[in-house]
Amino acid sequence: MIRQFGLSEILSILAGVQSTVMLSLVAFAGGGIVGLAIALMRTSERSWLQRIASGYIDFFQGTPLLMQLFLVFYGLPVFGYKVGPWTAVSIGLTLHASAFLGEIWRGSIQAVPKGQTEAAKALGLSYFNRMQDVVLPQAMRISIAPTVSFLVQLIKGTSLAAIVGFVELSRSAQMIASTTYKPLLAYGFAAIVYFIICFPLSRFSMKIEKRFQVKT
Amino acid sequence: MTYEFDFSVLLPYWEQFLRGCWLTVLLSTIAILAGLSIGIVTALAKQSPIAWVRLAATTYVEAIRNTPFLVQVFFIYFGLPAIGISFQPWSAAVLALSLNCGAFSAEVIRGGIDAISRGQFEAGAALGLKRLQVYRYIVLKPALRIIFPALSGQFVLALLTTSIVSSISAEELTSIAQSIDTLTFRSFEIYVVTTVLYLVMALGFAHIFKAVDRAYFSYPVK
Repeated sequence: MIRQFGLSEILSILAGVQSTVMLSLVAFAGGGIVGLAIALMRTSERSWLQRIASGYIDFFQGTPLLMQLFLVFYGLPVFGYKVGPWTAVSIGLTLHASAFLGEIWRGSIQAVPKGQTEAAKALGLSYFNRMQDVVLPQAMRISIAPTVSFLVQLIKGTSLAAIVGFVELSRSAQMIASTTYKPLLAYGFAAIVYFIICFPLSRFSMKIEKRFQVKT
Repeated sequence: MTYEFDFSVLLPYWEQFLRGCWLTVLLSTIAILAGLSIGIVTALAKQSPIAWVRLAATTYVEAIRNTPFLVQVFFIYFGLPAIGISFQPWSAAVLALSLNCGAFSAEVIRGGIDAISRGQFEAGAALGLKRLQVYRYIVLKPALRIIFPALSGQFVLALLTTSIVSSISAEELTSIAQSIDTLTFRSFEIYVVTTVLYLVMALGFAHIFKAVDRAYFSYPVK
C-alpha cells in the first residue's frame, strides 16, 4: 500500500536527525582527541613522528570517505571483530575526522609565531607546559573558524553512513521516499533539515574568520 | 576462524578496475570544467547590481554548500522525475557533480577577481593596451596564480566525491568495485584495492598540479 506523505512521515524523517547529530558529535569528539595527537606529532621535532602523521593525513585526505567507511565496515569482521553498524560507522568517521582536524590544527599551531615557542623555551618551560600554556591557547583562537567549517563537512559526511545501512537522516528520507513514492518531497525535506543544521554553523565560521582577518 | 586474504581472485578483473579509474577521472574532469563555467557565472552574478540575481546566486551557493552531496544526487536522480525531469544515472551524476563543483568554485573565483587591484587595469590602459590585451597579458596570470592551488584542490575533492555517485549506479570506480564484489564476494580485498587506486590517483594529480604550479606560477611577487 502506498502511504501518504503526511505528518507521521515528516516525523519519521526527523527521527533520523537524532542519529545524524549523535554520530556527528561522536565523530567530532573522537576525531578531536585523535586529531590533537596527530597535530602534535605533525609539529613535533622528531622526524619519524612527523612522517607517520603526514602519511596518516595523506591517506585519509587522498581517499573517498565512502571507501574509508567500506574498509572499516568490511575490515573489522575480517580481523575478527564483530561490531554493529553504529560502532563501525563511528570508528570510520572518527578516523576520517581526526586526519582533517589534525591537519587544520597543525596549520593553527604553525601559525603561532615561532618567537613564542623560543621565548617559552628560554624561560625553561617543558614541552608539555610550552604547548599547554603558550602555544595551544593561541592556536585555538586561529583554529575556531576552520574547525567549525569542518564540522559542517562532517555533518554532511554522516549521510554516507546511509550507504552501509546505518539509519540516519538520509536513510530515513530514503525509506520514506520508497514507501510514499514521493521522492521529491522526502529528499527535498531532508535537504532542508540538513540546511537548517549546517547553515548557521557555516555563517558562524565565516563571521569568526572575518573577525580574525581584521585583527591581523 | 582466521580469514585468508586472497587478492589473486581479483586479477582477472584488472581491466575493469582500470576502466573504473578512467571513468572516475573523466567524471571529475567534466565536473571541474563545467563547475568552473558555472562558478564564473555565479561569481559574476553575486556582484550583479540586480538584487534578485544576487539572491539567486547566493541561494544556489549556500544550498549546495550546506547539504550533503548524497542528498543532492538522490534529489536529482530520484526526485526530479516526479516533476517530469528524468536522467540516466551517468547524466544525473555529471549534473550533480557539476552543480556541486560550481558552488564551491564560485567562492574561489570571486577571491581571484577581488585580488586583482584596479591599478592593474589602469596601468594596462596607460600602456595603450586594449581591454582584451589587459586581460591576456596583465590580469590572467596573476589571477590564475592566486586561484590555481584552490582549484587543483577542488579537482582532487571532485575526484574523491565521484565515489558517491555509485549510490545511483552511475558507472565509475566504486560502482565497478561493487559489481565485482557481487561476483567474487571478496569485499575487503576489493575495497583495499579500490582505496589504493583512489589514493594513487589523488596523490598523483596533486603532484602534477604542484609541478605545474611551480613551473608556471612561482615567480617572486612584491
